[in-house]
Amino acid sequence: MAARFATPRAGGMAALAALIALLPLGLRNDYFYDVAILVGLNAIVCVGLNLLVGYAGQISLGHAGFFGIGAYGSAILATRYGWPPLAAMLAATLAAAAIAFAVGRPILRLRGHYLAMATLALGVIVYMVISTEDRFTGGPDGMTVAPLAIGGWALRDPRLWYWVVGALLLAAVWFALNLIDSPTGRALRALHGSEVAAEVVGVDATRHKVMVFVVSAVYASIAGSLNAHFSGFITPAKVTFLHSIELVTMVVFGGMASTFGAVVGAAALTTLPQVLTPLKDYEMMVLGAVMMGTMIFMPRGVVPSLQALLTRRRDAAAAAAAPAPRPGDGQ
Amino acid sequence: MSAQFVQFLLTGLTVGAIYALVALGFSIIYNASQVINFAQGEFVMIGGMATVWFAAAGVPYAAAIPLAVAAAAAVGLALEKFAVEPARGASVVTLIIITIGASIFLRGLATLIWDKQLHVLKPFSGDTPIVLGGATLLPQSLWVLGVSLAIVLALAWFFGRTLLGKAMLATSNNRLAAQLAGIRVRHVLALAFALSAALGAIAGILIAPIAFTSYDVGVMLGLKGFAAAILGGMGSGAGAVVGGIVLGIAETMSAGYISSAYKDAIALLAMLAVLFFLPSGLLGRRGTERV
Repeated sequence: MAARFATPRAGGMAALAALIALLPLGLRNDYFYDVAILVGLNAIVCVGLNLLVGYAGQISLGHAGFFGIGAYGSAILATRYGWPPLAAMLAATLAAAAIAFAVGRPILRLRGHYLAMATLALGVIVYMVISTEDRFTGGPDGMTVAPLAIGGWALRDPRLWYWVVGALLLAAVWFALNLIDSPTGRALRALHGSEVAAEVVGVDATRHKVMVFVVSAVYASIAGSLNAHFSGFITPAKVTFLHSIELVTMVVFGGMASTFGAVVGAAALTTLPQVLTPLKDYEMMVLGAVMMGTMIFMPRGVVPSLQALLTRRRDAAAAAAAPAPRPGDGQ
Repeated sequence: MSAQFVQFLLTGLTVGAIYALVALGFSIIYNASQVINFAQGEFVMIGGMATVWFAAAGVPYAAAIPLAVAAAAAVGLALEKFAVEPARGASVVTLIIITIGASIFLRGLATLIWDKQLHVLKPFSGDTPIVLGGATLLPQSLWVLGVSLAIVLALAWFFGRTLLGKAMLATSNNRLAAQLAGIRVRHVLALAFALSAALGAIAGILIAPIAFTSYDVGVMLGLKGFAAAILGGMGSGAGAVVGGIVLGIAETMSAGYISSAYKDAIALLAMLAVLFFLPSGLLGRRGTERV
């Protein structure tokens, strides 16, 4: 281990930073930048959602709702009421956090399928409100959004947006990794294993679940706000049930309880539709098949499965090189 | 009772009967396998779309409808065999993603085989409305109510009086004990998926002449069927029927008297309210979870 990096965590952060720094070499035009920015924004949502789903073991099928609250909160305040975009973003984030906090306690008392359906209902209700209240949101046709301006200077160039989103993604990952390594993170993993056992050793399960729910809602909301300001236009399509499902799929595809897995999942499933553009008709079938296939053959997700494979290989190689191989470790 | 009230009641009953059929499908699979099948709504879609397709190809209803129901049942069997069975013993989250994946896959397949257009099915016996106490009733509504009632009675007979039905109940009570008593548990699982798919398809066919059908009609109907199942108490057959009827009437009344903008939200709000305040539903068993 020590030969590779100080810790997998620092190594992972360094690798991600290097990737973000070097990626522009391969981005040939604005379209590539658009896709990269979209990957970054989805990755931010997924890193937050992974805290809830992967670490605390609580599913949410409604996170597109929080994404929508961020996106539309920002859009309405900045565009219709002329707020400075950063203030609008802050207000939208606070609103998402407040809503998550208010519904978190009753919703997170539920488990398994019931939790899934309740969060789904929450997300769909947000969608219905957004597509019905067209005086504010423009309804199903969507609305234009003011660009992200700081003072008199507006951030428009996708190349600049790339660095902003890249930096925010690094910050998001760093915060998530720290949270996981903190006592809170250990409490979350404890209640993932067994809620009753966690409570017996003194973990306040409800408080921790609500907290991580709020954190994941804040991640989704910030990404939603940024998405609205970046693309300059927002429609309820980003708030649908299907989008919630895509977000969860990114998390489980990359690997539950793996922060870098969430980033990998977001990257894979965001670029997939771009690659599949010539096969647009098959897009839904491919998404469905990927979801089923991953869960049946790699229930732990891509990154943890690869990690396990690499570890096995390395152990096997070490055993082969060692003078006295441990029993049962041969090739 | 005003004519308007009777009108809303009749409409609500019709819609509620459809929700009840979908809810029964959820309950049957849940009882047999403890899986909530998120692809339940797709069976409704397959029923409606396949019937439209067969009818357009010139097949008479008497053959088109059984064919569509059989197609949905075959899809149900395939779902059990290729998606749920391989993930036996997996966590709830895994099973949820698998069945959601299946539903997206089926919706994608439907757009390939059929299209993304709205379709309407010709009513089974004309569309001359019947006037009833100042309210009007479409003949199709009578079909919906009659067939639903017949199905509920048939299911009650099946689970109460036949060996196979009792074997299914035994499996849902205790899988291992049922297996030890000589019940082929795997067959019971397959049967549950086929039966529940057939129920969904029938619901989809019955409602297609009243509401439109399209590749994505299953999303909302599935969600409302689930809400009905939760309202009545997940796993309870009578609860599914009561939940469906209550939900259908509540939805129609609120749309008629208050506002139709949030008609679809009623089911979701009702579901959330039940989950928060009455988790075992109206008729569900009050149970405690073993640790």
